[in-house]
Amino acid sequence: MPAEVRVPVSSDADVVTARAQGRTLAAQLPFSATELTLIATAISEVARNIVLYAPRGEVVLRLTREEGREGIVVTARDEGPGIEDVALALQDHFSTGQGSGLGLPGARRLMDEFELESGPSGTTVTMRKWASRRA
Amino acid sequence: MAVPILKQGPYLIASIQAAMTDSDVLQLRDDLMERVGRYRSRGIIIDVTALDVMDSFASRSLRSIAHMTRLRGAETVIVGIQPEVAFAMVQLGLNLEGVHTALDLEEGLALLSRGTEEPGDGAS
Repeated sequence: MPAEVRVPVSSDADVVTARAQGRTLAAQLPFSATELTLIATAISEVARNIVLYAPRGEVVLRLTREEGREGIVVTARDEGPGIEDVALALQDHFSTGQGSGLGLPGARRLMDEFELESGPSGTTVTMRKWASRRA
Repeated sequence: MAVPILKQGPYLIASIQAAMTDSDVLQLRDDLMERVGRYRSRGIIIDVTALDVMDSFASRSLRSIAHMTRLRGAETVIVGIQPEVAFAMVQLGLNLEGVHTALDLEEGLALLSRGTEEPGDGAS
């Protein structure tokens, strides 16, 4: 398995780079075309959140193998002000302003696992999707 | 990368060629709004066949483009949403409510010509 891919994110062009890199990396696992699109879309949402709400951040993409299954782990970290109310931020249609309110809850629906940690020094979203078929 | 916009009779056809950044999407909106006025266009087709991701920003922006250009008298049809992209949009909770969609360019043009030849019919 290859090393992880790190994509610094500070502008809207980086959002496109992050999702393209994620799709390329995930394509090494037996994901279906639809699953690759779901992964790329989820990456787009969390990467855009960095651009919208933080001065900078990064998306780290990594393939993983545990308990005989393979998957992709996407970690989006930023140095933004943090999310005041995480539960609210994960509700559909809630936004503090610029977003659609579908980014975070939507990304959560697209992936198999989703964790969000937020504090005054930044926010980290970790998402995983498992390849449904064995390699 | 700017999206080329072709004028085809009373219609404008915007063919997205590659992944779009948020700024590209906003540029497309501004270009279409300007050209609808310049060419007195009655309809717009936005071909998204080449898009492999339609996230919340892109989808919301396309919907705004459709609503804004309608206020200027032009109907917009989004054509070419790929099956995987449609699947992801539904999972994400996105919809293009109030926006015409069609399978491809040909169907899109057919939809526009029906709509503009029979005002008030099928144009909602």
